[in-house]
Amino acid sequence: MIKELNGKKYELSDDGYLKDWKQWDEDIAKAFAEELGIGELNENHWKVINYLRDYYEKNEVSPSLRKITKESGVSTKEMYSLFPNGPAKKAAKIAGLTKPKGCI
Amino acid sequence: MENQNYEPIKKVSIIISKGSLVDVYPGLIMANGARMEGIEASLFFTFFGLDAIIDKRMDKLKVPTVGNPAMHMASILGIIPGMSAIATMMMKREMEKLDIPPVREFIEMIHDAGAKLYACKATVDMFHLTEKDFCEQVDGVLTVGEFYEISAGAQIIYT
Repeated sequence: MIKELNGKKYELSDDGYLKDWKQWDEDIAKAFAEELGIGELNENHWKVINYLRDYYEKNEVSPSLRKITKESGVSTKEMYSLFPNGPAKKAAKIAGLTKPKGCI
Repeated sequence: MENQNYEPIKKVSIIISKGSLVDVYPGLIMANGARMEGIEASLFFTFFGLDAIIDKRMDKLKVPTVGNPAMHMASILGIIPGMSAIATMMMKREMEKLDIPPVREFIEMIHDAGAKLYACKATVDMFHLTEKDFCEQVDGVLTVGEFYEISAGAQIIYT
């Protein structure tokens, strides 16, 4: 799947996540957030996104929600209000990562 | 997956009826997993399942080593003092590796994720418990009738 945005082409997996996390930029993050019904990204959204990208760079896997809340300084409650109805999946998608694989 | 023709699950009610560590986790994992998919979730703790929300007991749940053929160990060994403690310790270590939190932290996480937690009235009466015996995340004590009422439109999962 190819998504075109402002003249740039992004390659997506079948489930709509970015195929290559290095293709990510702020434009695609904003577009995904819009698509997922989250709207404008605020400071806390960015805190989570930046944490996720740092984590992925070091570990090459998306962190569990538990890890996000322990290490990013954003609580479980906040995660659910920032990314309603699917905090780990939505945050990973906006951050340009693959779909999280863990159960927790 | 070829699921486009089916209505997605919107709400689940999960019953936790047993109190060992291995009996409690599946229900907790399913409740947390439901919330992570945006599915509304209620947990109903009944009989020995109540141990998972009793403040003084929830940190001390054990893995049983007797009467469980899946332990792949002769039951006679399971009765040796300390076997259950060893099995419990090993399981907790493996779970931590998978990022599965201890029971108390998991209950907090599920509560903060927006799930509701209820204790069963019949069991509370039978064991002479009061609301003070429970951890603070418990939303209330319900009769079975009330449980069915709050479960309107939900899939009920018994563990």
